Amino acid sequence: MEPVPHIESVTSSKASVKPDSPRYIRRMRQFLRECWRDRLSYLFLAPFLLCFALFIIVPVVMAALLSVTTFNGFEFPRFIGFKHFINMLTQDVVFMKYTLPNTLKFAIIVGPGGYILSFIFAWLIHQLPKNIRDYFTLALYAPSMVGGVALSVVWAAAFSGDRVGYLNNILLRLGLIDSPHLWLQDPKYLMSIMILVTLWTSMGVGFLAMLGGLQTVNTELYEAGRIDGIKNSLQEVYYITIPSMKPQMLFSGVMAIVGTLKAGAISTQLTGLTITPQYAGHLITNHIDDYAFLRYEWGYASALSVVLLVMSYGLMRLIYLLFGTRGDE
Amino acid sequence: MIVNLRRHVSFSRIVLIVFLSAIGLFMLLPIIFLFNHAFKPLNELFLFPPTILVKEPTLRNFEQLLLHSSAGLVPFTRYLFNSVLIAAISVAAVILGSTMAGYVLSKHRFHFKTAIMAAIMISLMFAPETVQIPRYLVISGLGMTNTYFAHVLPFIASPVAVFLMKQFIDQIPESLTEAAKLDGASEMYIFMRIMIPLTAPAVATVSIITFQAVYLDVEASTLYMKKETMKTLAYYVTALTANVPGVSGTSIAAAVGLLMFLPNLIMFLIFQRKMIQTMLHSGVK
Repeated sequence: MEPVPHIESVTSSKASVKPDSPRYIRRMRQFLRECWRDRLSYLFLAPFLLCFALFIIVPVVMAALLSVTTFNGFEFPRFIGFKHFINMLTQDVVFMKYTLPNTLKFAIIVGPGGYILSFIFAWLIHQLPKNIRDYFTLALYAPSMVGGVALSVVWAAAFSGDRVGYLNNILLRLGLIDSPHLWLQDPKYLMSIMILVTLWTSMGVGFLAMLGGLQTVNTELYEAGRIDGIKNSLQEVYYITIPSMKPQMLFSGVMAIVGTLKAGAISTQLTGLTITPQYAGHLITNHIDDYAFLRYEWGYASALSVVLLVMSYGLMRLIYLLFGTRGDE
Repeated sequence: MIVNLRRHVSFSRIVLIVFLSAIGLFMLLPIIFLFNHAFKPLNELFLFPPTILVKEPTLRNFEQLLLHSSAGLVPFTRYLFNSVLIAAISVAAVILGSTMAGYVLSKHRFHFKTAIMAAIMISLMFAPETVQIPRYLVISGLGMTNTYFAHVLPFIASPVAVFLMKQFIDQIPESLTEAAKLDGASEMYIFMRIMIPLTAPAVATVSIITFQAVYLDVEASTLYMKKETMKTLAYYVTALTANVPGVSGTSIAAAVGLLMFLPNLIMFLIFQRKMIQTMLHSGVK
């Protein structure tokens, strides 16, 4: 349909739509007229929506399309069906043996761990008098502000493999070990160190959301709860605090998932290597980087990103299930 | 709960404060280390056993940083200029874009609104890193490699910013805009004179989140910029700490680590209260 007639139809009265024209045309006109009436709304949305479509929607759709092709960045993508996904499950030893278990382990500990820690600390800080709360908030939020460089400067020094490394130094002096350990090069320890460092940085936006959420809880509810037989603060938290701040808990849950699944860079920052020794710290994002930027198998890398997207979507549904059922409005 | 605490007076509170201070110190320890590390002279940087606090502070590390970079092809100041410019433009653009979008999504009614909200909600949980390759294809397809557009535009597509803004504007009463409309205010007037001032806390929050993301971002510089003169400080720093080995590397890394952290810290210190105020309304329903 050309744009000209429907602009006319807006400026002129309703009578201009002929009553004998077919129904779908009338519907269409009606729809377009409403769109035109709301043009200011669309105009306001345009800057965000354009970028959103260009840099989020289009790439996601393209990733899905590329995942069923073989593509090396030079030749035109060639359709191969679901081969990549089948290969991923049957041929890719690294993926099945290291990437997937590592990612699951990392996600299971860091996701809920960081989430629960955020809640505990937010709750504890909320118990403090107002005038000193800010200092503690700052102290806990600060680690999430330091970028990758600070991470590598500080933590690489702490876990460095020679005698000068902080951890080695302390353990040597306590007589717990005889010779310095190569903490970051040893596949046995790397994962645990990654988890520790990520937990340290996990008090981010989600933590602030919980702090905000705690302030919204109606304090009269606690009085009411006590009358209804709530004895200790643990019950208070479970029956009153968490249900009252459910929206914020959901938001910070979503933020926790994002933080956990994108945390692949940490192994590289700690060890300085793109591929960690014996794939000890190999997460799915590292695997994507490996195939995308070292091997230029973009089709396979896209298939991996699709898996990651599906994983994060599944996790979000799970969180909704957990917090959505309790105390439905 | 406040009543509860007051009843069995200060003992539990003292325990709590001591406990939280210990945790807080542990969390801050690496940051305190970072601050001191940047001012340590060479002999202290490699001291055995290592110390956390600096004994004889010096500015030599920063000097080293400037010297090292002036020897290179692109001066340090160029990276700094790029970073500052990109951060400033991105923050301004995100604020404007997300406030406009948030206002419309919250207060207007139009077709596709639910669809747009659903898309935003779903995209909240992606890490944009997952679709790096198609993003690269889009950017090179649009001919934006080696331009500031490639640095700024991807950040405007920030579902978190729009989401926070929309949730915040939701709690501004409808009657306010209705009254303004009755008094003959135009949409533009309502937006500029009523919405912008009222959303100040959310604007502060969005600017902190955006600034943090932009200032620490290396993805754009690594993937979309081939010219060295278009890359940012964060990229320079990452490349530097990875590639300069040995003694001078350590001192430069220490100085630069602090340099990357400081602006974020200052921003947060200024806007902390506002940020938590925004989070009151950050819920997902």
